[in-house]
This record gives sequence, structure tokens and C-alpha cells, in this order.
Amino acid sequence: MSLDTPLLSLLLGLAAILAFAGANGIVLVWVERKVAGRCQRRPGPLHVGPYGLLQPLADALKLISKQLITPRRSDRLLYWGAPLLSFMPVPICFLPLPFLPEMATVRLNLGLILILSFIGLNSISLCLAGLGSNNKWSLLGAARAIAQTVSFEIPLLLAALTAVFMAGSMDLHEVMAAQGPWPWQWFGFMNPLALLLFLISAVAETNRAPFDLPEAESELTAGFHTEYSGMGFGIFFLAEYAYILIICGVAAALFLGGQQGPVAPGPWWFLAKMYALVLLVIQLRWTLPRVRFDQLLNLCWRWMTPAALLNILATMLVMLALKGA
Amino acid sequence: MSAAAHVPSSPVAHSARLSGPVSHDSLVVSMGPQHPSTHGVLRVVLELDGEYILQAEPVLGYIHRMHEWMGQNRTCHKFLPNMGRVDYLHALAWNWAFVGAVEKLAGIEVPRRAEFIRVITCELNRINSHLLWWGAYLLDLGAFTPIMYAFEDREEIMDLLMRVTGSRLTYCYYTFGGVTADIDEGFAAQARRIVSRLRGRLPMFRDFVTDNAILRARCEGVGHLTPDMARAYGATGPVLRGSGVAYDTRRAEPYSVYPELDFAIPTSDVGDCMARYLVRMAELEQSLNIVEQALDMLPEGQHIHPLAPRMVTLPKGETSFAVEAARGKAVIRLRGDGGPNPYRVKLRAPSFSNLSLFPALAKGTLLADAVAILGSLDLVIPEIDR
Repeated sequence: MSLDTPLLSLLLGLAAILAFAGANGIVLVWVERKVAGRCQRRPGPLHVGPYGLLQPLADALKLISKQLITPRRSDRLLYWGAPLLSFMPVPICFLPLPFLPEMATVRLNLGLILILSFIGLNSISLCLAGLGSNNKWSLLGAARAIAQTVSFEIPLLLAALTAVFMAGSMDLHEVMAAQGPWPWQWFGFMNPLALLLFLISAVAETNRAPFDLPEAESELTAGFHTEYSGMGFGIFFLAEYAYILIICGVAAALFLGGQQGPVAPGPWWFLAKMYALVLLVIQLRWTLPRVRFDQLLNLCWRWMTPAALLNILATMLVMLALKGA
Repeated sequence: MSAAAHVPSSPVAHSARLSGPVSHDSLVVSMGPQHPSTHGVLRVVLELDGEYILQAEPVLGYIHRMHEWMGQNRTCHKFLPNMGRVDYLHALAWNWAFVGAVEKLAGIEVPRRAEFIRVITCELNRINSHLLWWGAYLLDLGAFTPIMYAFEDREEIMDLLMRVTGSRLTYCYYTFGGVTADIDEGFAAQARRIVSRLRGRLPMFRDFVTDNAILRARCEGVGHLTPDMARAYGATGPVLRGSGVAYDTRRAEPYSVYPELDFAIPTSDVGDCMARYLVRMAELEQSLNIVEQALDMLPEGQHIHPLAPRMVTLPKGETSFAVEAARGKAVIRLRGDGGPNPYRVKLRAPSFSNLSLFPALAKGTLLADAVAILGSLDLVIPEIDR
């Protein structure tokens, strides 16, 4: 049997992606707990397995074995559809990510657009979860999720567009190839403002602290997932980690040279950069207090969107000048 | 399925707790009694327009334990352990308030050494309380890490207080005529170590937390309280001092050996959440000073008066005794009728008055601000319900 059959390779690719996303979720739970522990001067999980490595498995077992409770008078379809909808775009988003030099599962000339548009679906799932739960706190969380995602998608896209302009392509492989092996040849260092805007929007887009307003534990108890138990919550959780990974992968490809590196360029550079960004995102959560909702929107509309627009304009002018010279 | 499942929800049923009229299209939510930032079983009913608060009303009674009634039904010694459970975070202040009231009414003398021991332990307990508030407040604002650092320091003080009191939280250490156990050299040395260690930690807390831009943006200009309003509502403690009123029971109604000790009353004229925050952080330093001074001045002698009664009989009469607790002025009003049981014990809890400010402060703010305001009042719910 040959691997060239498109259907077979697609199926294998999807299975590999799902395994990767699931395994990553489990590893990132462990990393999150360890980083939280180190930030808080405690060891984190220690006793389940070596270095507490089996702790996430125990967590997963607990989540799987918990009873699934549907709140009274909730909308069953929306309520249970929401976590599924939240995870469904994940495999699609992983497809165009340039893990390997020539072997992405699907190589698309609009890979970036595909990823960013399907990530946007997540906010719909959060909205449905909040609407379907028949819980006022969840509803408030859903309202926050929509406003936040709609706002921050704009600076996110504009910042990504800056790198696209610099590379002249929306294919992540080509954006990667347009950057050199050394850090000063990466778009993130040539245009640090775009990297900064992209990272801030990425944290907001994935609803991570300090922008975790849709779940805001101390305000909305748990926001949109207040009513979810067991794997209903578990899938949201898994999807959250998958999106962090995807958006950090996109950032690594767009701004940090992806697989390019000073020595031995290859997929390990991509993975190293991606996980470094993931660690940064995790560390942020355990370091900063949460911003208020109006402050968040002010940050987006008053500062980040104009800055991103000006940045694009400046980038284009510089590129024109370089071309002319 | 119960029949209740089919009863349509009626806004009138939920808004029965709100005194004002409820708008047709606003959302009435119950924050608490199970809510992460009401820290206990406080319930606040909120009427929301989007995330703006139209009215807020606290609902009490979820942890009512009839302390005052219990006080009338048992002897003073038997009632004393209740005092550690009124404000469990500053238990020694309430110990002191009751012990002080009984001593005042029954004319029981307290040795000088015992007074100093009371000051040292009470201030250590205050530091503990403020540290916990600090951690929990940051938790309310969405920062998960500071509470771990606060608990690290708090743990040492709890270990130290455990040496003499025998318990870690709900102390019952003061007794009529002194304290139940003397402190030794080891205690004093450990207390000094803790003081110097905390002095080194407070600048770190300031650099990493107090000066954080997000924290400042969340607290500055939020929950503005004018001095007049604070006085009108009977606010005391850091809430009152955060509005610029330098009222501290330790100075205003001096008790024990506080007049001999040198400490400042930190105040701030701003009156917002940040002002209350900064006042508490400054009070931590003042309490460290007091502990150090009291340790230096600690006289030799007995820790309990030799003639302290085993069985207190309260004479006919009435008195009240106020102490400065971490949350404000804690007062015990005590009436005796010549028997072993008090005729009446009245507890004046600072959190109760401070909570009454919340509806006025929260009106018109965002939900996130209301959480910040509620936290800045530093409420202990069992104290409110008594």
C-alpha cells in the first residue's frame, strides 16, 4: 500500500495531528502546573510518577470518569455542541503549520488565512456555551468572549499582515523561507512592534490571563464554562491549549524564522521557538493580575489597532524605499 | 424531575431582596453565598445592566452563630473561645476585646509583662491578617501568585503563635488577668527573625505587586470613598484611614501599653481602593515596628496576675471595651448582673459597618470594580453575622 494515496495520507495526517494535539494538551497541563509551581515557590506535582509526569493522566482520568451534568432548562444542543465546536477547528488549524520542511500535511498558499479564520470559530463556541448553559454568569462570560475576540482579531490580523507583506506570501512555508537563519534576519527583530502586537493579541485571542475575562474566576465564577463538568470542561481545556500551541506556532513561523536557525536548521527550531512562546504565555498567567473589560477594549481600539495600522504603513514605506534603492 | 423545573422564572422572585425597583430588562444575579470573591458565605444580590451595577444589596445570615446569645448562657471563661471564631483572621483582637471588657467591669488587674505579650501577639496576628488580605485581594484581581508568597510569611507567624497559643487560627490565648502561657527567649528570637525577614520581603511585594501597572489601573480611582461618607456609615480601620481620617482606636481610646509605643497611623487622602491597599501595606510596617519595640521593652514578671480569678463573677454594671482589630474598631459592650454569666454581650464588628458601604460604592461601577471594592473593604463574614 502506498502512502501517496491522498485519502490515506490525509487520514494519517489527521490522526497524527489529533494525537499531537491531545498529547500536547496533556504535556502542557503538566508544564502549566510546574511553571505555576515554580512561580509560586512550590514544587508543583511531584508524587504521581517521576517529577509528577503522570499527574495530567490522573487529571484526565478524573475528568473522563466524572458525571456529565446538563443543567436544568439548558439548551441541550447548544450546551453539548459548544465544546465539540470548540475543538473541531483544531485539526484544520494544525494542517498548514510548517512543522517539517517539506512535509506539512497540507501546503496551502493561503495557510495563514485558514488558521486565523478557523481560530475565530472558537469564540462562537464560547458564545454558544454561555448561551446554552442557562446561567447568568455564563451569559456574561459569553458576552465578554465575543467582544474580546472580535476586537483583538483586528490587531492580530494586522500584525500578521505585516509579516505577510515583508515575505510577500501567505504560505507559512514561504514566510519562513523569506527569513534568514540569524535572529536579526527574523521578521520579529526587523519589526519588533508587529511581534509585540501579535503576541498581545494572541494572548487575548486565546483568552489567557491577563486577558482571561470570559472565564474570570473571581468575577464570573468560571464564566462561560461554569456549568460544565467532566469532559465538557475537559474539551474546552484541551482546545484552549491547542489554540495556544497553534497561535504560538504561527508566531514562530511569522516572526521568529520558524525552522530557520543559526545551526542545523530544521523542525526542532520551529518546535523550540513555539514552545518558548508557549512558556511565555504560561508564565504571563502566573505573573499578572487581570485587566478590566473596558481597559482591555481601550487597549485594543485606542492603542493596538492604530499602532498596527501605522506599523503596516511604515513597513510598506520602508519596503518601497528599499526596493527603489 | 421535580415540578419546580417547569415553573417559569419570575424576576420578581429574585428581586425580592433588592429594595429598589428592578428594571424590566436588567439582569439580577446573586453573587454568593458560593462565589470565589465573596470569601465566605456573603451573598450580594446585584442588578446589572450589561456589566454595570445598578444596585447591589448584601444579604446576611448564612453563617449566623448566635455569639451574643451564647454569651448570655455561659460563664465568661466558657464564652471566651467563641471570640477566636468571630474574626478568625484577627482572633486575638476579639480575645482582647472581651477579656478587656471583663477585666474593666470586674476590676481585674493585668501584669505589665502580660500587656506587652498581648501587644506582641496581637500585632503579629494583625500582620498575619493583612498578609492574608493582600494575597486574597490580588486573587480577586486575578493574580494567582502573590497569595502563595503571603502564605509563606504567614506560615512562619502561625508557627510562632502556635508555640504559645497552641492553635494556628482560632486562638484563645488571652485570659482574664493576663495570658495563658508565657513567652520565652526562643519566641522572642524567632519573632525578631520574622520581623527582619518581613522587612526584607515588603520592598519585594511593593516592586512586583504594588507598582504593577495593571494593579494600579484596577485600583486607582475605583470605589472612591469620601471622609464624610466613611464617617456617616461608621467605617473604621484601614477603610476609614484610606479616606484620610487618622482614627485608630490604639490612639483614640488608648488601652494597654500602646501609649508607650511609638508608631504612626498611616492614612491616605485619596479614598479609592488603592488608598486602602496602601494604608494596609503601611500598617504592616508599623506593626513590625510595634512588635520590635514591645520585644525590646518586654519587662520581667508574671504573665498572669496571681490573683486572677478562676471563676469570674461580673458585678452589676455596664462597660464597653474597644480594640483596634485588623478590620477596624472591635467593641465589646458588656453588662453584668452579679452572676457568673454576662447579662448581655454586644459585639460591634467593624466588617458589618464597612460592608454597609458596599451598595453605595458599587453603584454604577463595573462588575470587576465591584469585586475590587468588596475586596478592598477586607470583610470577614463570620464577624458580620456574629
